Amino acid sequence: MAIRTKRPKIKNIPYEEFKDNETYEKLVAELNANGVNVVVKTLDDLFDWGRSNSLWPLTFATSCCGIEFMAVCAARYDIARFGFEVTRNSPRQADVILVNGTITHKMAPVLKRLYDQMADPKYVVAIGGCAVAGGPFTKSYHVVKGVDKIIPVDVYVPGCPPRPESFLYGMMQLQRIVKAENFFGTTNRKQKDPQTLSESLESIREVVDKQQEA
Amino acid sequence: MKTMEENKDLQTPAAAEPQKPADAAAPAAKPAAADKPAAAAKPAAARPQPKPEVPGENEIKPRLVELSALHDEMKRMRDEEKMDFLELITGVDWGEEGLGCVYNLWSTETGRREYVKAVCADRDAAFIPTVSDLWTIADIYEREVFDFYGIRFLGHKDMRRVFLREDWVGYPMRKDDKPEEQNPLNMENEVLSDTTVEYNRDADGRITETEHVVFAPDDYMVNIGPQHPSTHGVLHFRVALEGERIKKMDPKLGYIHRGIEKLNESYTYPQTLALTDRMDYLGAMQSRHALCMAIEKAASIEVSDRVQVVRTIMDELQRIDSHILFFSCLCQDMGATTAFLYGFRDREKVLDIFEETCGGRLILNYNMIGGLAADIHPNFQKRVKEFIPYMRKNLKEYYDIFINNVIARNRLIGVGRLSLEQVVSGGCTGPSGRASGWHNDVRKRQPYAAYGKVDFKEIVRTEGDSYARLLCRMDEIEQSLSIIEQLIDNIPEGPFQTKTKPIIKVPAGTYYSCVEGSRGEFGVYLESKGDKSPYRLHYRSTGLPLVWIMDTACRGELIADMMAINGTLDYVVPDIDR
Ligand code: SF4
Repeated sequence: MAIRTKRPKIKNIPYEEFKDNETYEKLVAELNANGVNVVVKTLDDLFDWGRSNSLWPLTFATSCCGIEFMAVCAARYDIARFGFEVTRNSPRQADVILVNGTITHKMAPVLKRLYDQMADPKYVVAIGGCAVAGGPFTKSYHVVKGVDKIIPVDVYVPGCPPRPESFLYGMMQLQRIVKAENFFGTTNRKQKDPQTLSESLESIREVVDKQQEA
Repeated sequence: MKTMEENKDLQTPAAAEPQKPADAAAPAAKPAAADKPAAAAKPAAARPQPKPEVPGENEIKPRLVELSALHDEMKRMRDEEKMDFLELITGVDWGEEGLGCVYNLWSTETGRREYVKAVCADRDAAFIPTVSDLWTIADIYEREVFDFYGIRFLGHKDMRRVFLREDWVGYPMRKDDKPEEQNPLNMENEVLSDTTVEYNRDADGRITETEHVVFAPDDYMVNIGPQHPSTHGVLHFRVALEGERIKKMDPKLGYIHRGIEKLNESYTYPQTLALTDRMDYLGAMQSRHALCMAIEKAASIEVSDRVQVVRTIMDELQRIDSHILFFSCLCQDMGATTAFLYGFRDREKVLDIFEETCGGRLILNYNMIGGLAADIHPNFQKRVKEFIPYMRKNLKEYYDIFINNVIARNRLIGVGRLSLEQVVSGGCTGPSGRASGWHNDVRKRQPYAAYGKVDFKEIVRTEGDSYARLLCRMDEIEQSLSIIEQLIDNIPEGPFQTKTKPIIKVPAGTYYSCVEGSRGEFGVYLESKGDKSPYRLHYRSTGLPLVWIMDTACRGELIADMMAINGTLDYVVPDIDR
C-alpha cells in the first residue's frame, strides 16, 4: 500500500504549493478504497505518466475564453510544454474537453452529445466564470448556470477570462488527477456501463407494451 | 423639450405595469418627475464649460408611418431619397401602444439619416409589412424581431426562428413574457424543419399562409457546426451541395445567445457597460466606447479632451489587435500554423499595453460613463511608441510568410466575390464592405472622439474578393498605427473622469450612436423612459450582416473555399447572437 500515498510529481510546482490538496487527497482515498494490486498499480503508474503528459484537448470554444485558449496555445504561453498541444477537432480522438465560454440552452444538448462521443477515460475542465457558474450572465433566460449541470466536471478554472497562467495551473491539477487514477479496471468511469443485453430487451419490451396499449 | 412632450404619450402605457392598467394616474406622474432632475441638470453641467453642448445631440425622432403605407414609403425613400443603407431594425415593445419596429436609414451619397417607426397595436396578431425585398439585410433583421417579439412580417419569405430553438415557447423580449418559466433547460436535440412559412394578407384582410421549402428531401446536405474549429465561435451552417459547389446555405444562429439585451433592461446604466466587452471581445474598447458615448450624449455628460484622445488611441490599438487576430485565424483556418504563431507574437505586445493600463488582457472594462476607469499607465506612451515601429517592421513579415504566398493567393484571389450593390444592400460595413468599394467608415462619415483631428485614409478597394478583404485589413493596421502616432504625444492634460451623479438617468427619448468597430459599424439604440435603467437597449451587431451575406458570397464556390470566405469576412459570433 505504500505506493498509494506517493505524491504525484508535477514539474516546477511542489506538492505543497498546490491549492486545495484536501480535495485531492480525498479523491485519491476514494479511488483506492478497495486497495490495489501492486503489479497492476506499477503498470498503472507507467500508463498514467504517459497519459498525463499527453492529454489531447478537444477544441471547444464558444466565446471570449476561447480566445484566451488560443493565446495559451501560441508561442508565449506555449501549451506544448505540458503536452497539451495536440488539439483535436473530433471528440472521438480527444481525452479532455475544455469548456471555454458560455453554454446556452441551445448549445447544451450539443455539448452533452460531444461529451458522450468522447471515449473513456475522459475529463472535463470548466474554464471561466461562465462555464463554472454562468458568469456575468447568471440572470439570463438562455444561459446554463454552470456546465456541471450537464456533464461531470473535474477541474474548475475561475476567471473572466482566466489568465493563461491559471489556465495552465488548472491543467496541472488535471494532470494530478490523471496520475492518481487506476487505468486498468473501470473504477474511474463516470458514467454507468452501457446497458446489458437483458436490460436493453427489457426497455424495448416496455416501449412495445406501451404502444400496444395505446 | 418638444420631443419630451411627444414622448409623454408613449410613456404612460409603458411605465404602467402591464398587469395593472387601472392605476394609470400614478405612472403618469412618474415620468414627469423623472424628467425634472435631468432637465435641471443640463444647465448645471453646462455652466463651467465655455460652449454648452446641444442637449441629447444623438436623440432621434422616428417618424411614425402607417402600416398600410410603410412598404411604399420605404421604397420611395430608397429610390428617390437614395437611402441605400438600412442600418438597423429594432423591435420594441411599447406596452399598450403595441409592438413595433424602428428603422434606421442612412444614405451613402448624401449622408442624411432617416428614422421610421411602425407600430402594430394588436399584440396577439402583430403583422407588419416586410421590407426584405428592398434591402437584403432586412431579411435577418426581421427574423430577429420575429424571434424576440413575435411580430410576423407580411411577405417575408422565411418566418422561422433563427436565434432561439425552433420549439421555444414565447417571445422573450416582450415585457410580459416569462422566458424562464416557459422554457426549462431542454436537453433533447433540436429538430430543424425543412420548410418555412410566408404570411400574407389577402384582399379581404385575412392572413394567408404559404409554405416554402428550404431544403428539398433530395438535396445533398452537409452540416457545418455548431462545433467546428473554424467558425470563430459556435455557429451552424446547413449547406446544400451540387457536386462540390455550394448551392444554398442556411445559417442557424443563437448557440451563444446570452440574452444580453434583455438583461440590460433590468440593469442600471453603469451595469450595462459590463456586458458590451463580452460580445465582440475583439472590439471590446469600441463597443463600450459606443455605449458610453450614447449615454453621455443622451444625458449631456461632458467628457474631457484627454478622455477623447485616449479613447481614440485605445480604439485603434484594439483594431490592430483584432486585425492581427484576423490574420492569424485566417492562416490557421487555411492550414498555415506558423503564420498563426507570428500573429500571436505581435498581438501579445498589444495585450501587454492594455494590461498595464486596464488590468485585463481581453475583457478590458476601461471606458466608463463620463470618462475612463483609470488614467493611463506612466509607461503607456513609451510602450506605444516602441510598439509602432515594431509592428511596422513585423507587418512586412506577414506579407512574406502568407499574403504573398502563391497558395494563399490562389485560394483567395477571385474567391467569394461580393459586388458593391450586394454589400450595400446587405449592410456589410467595415473592411468587408470597403473591400467591395463602399465608403462606409464611420470615423470619416460622422467623426467622433478625436477622429476629426487626425489625418488618415479610408482604405477602400474594388475587387470585393477574399484577397481584397485581407489586404484591406492589413492596410488598416498601418492607418491605425499612423493615427496612434499622431495622437500619442499630444494627449491633452485633464481629468480622466467627469464627475457624474451617483445614479445616472437618461432623459426620456430615443437615442442612437455608432462607432467604427473592428469589423464594421457598431451602433447603440437606446430608448429611455427617464429611469435609471434603459427601456430598450439594442446593439447593431457588426457581424450579423457578415454572416448573412455568407450565402451570397459562397453560392457557386467550392465547399473547401467556404472557410476562407468565412475567415475573411471575419465575424465574432457572441456579437451576432448577443
Ligand atoms: S467567463 Fe468571461 S471571458 Fe469567459 S466566456 Fe464568460 S464572459 Fe467570456
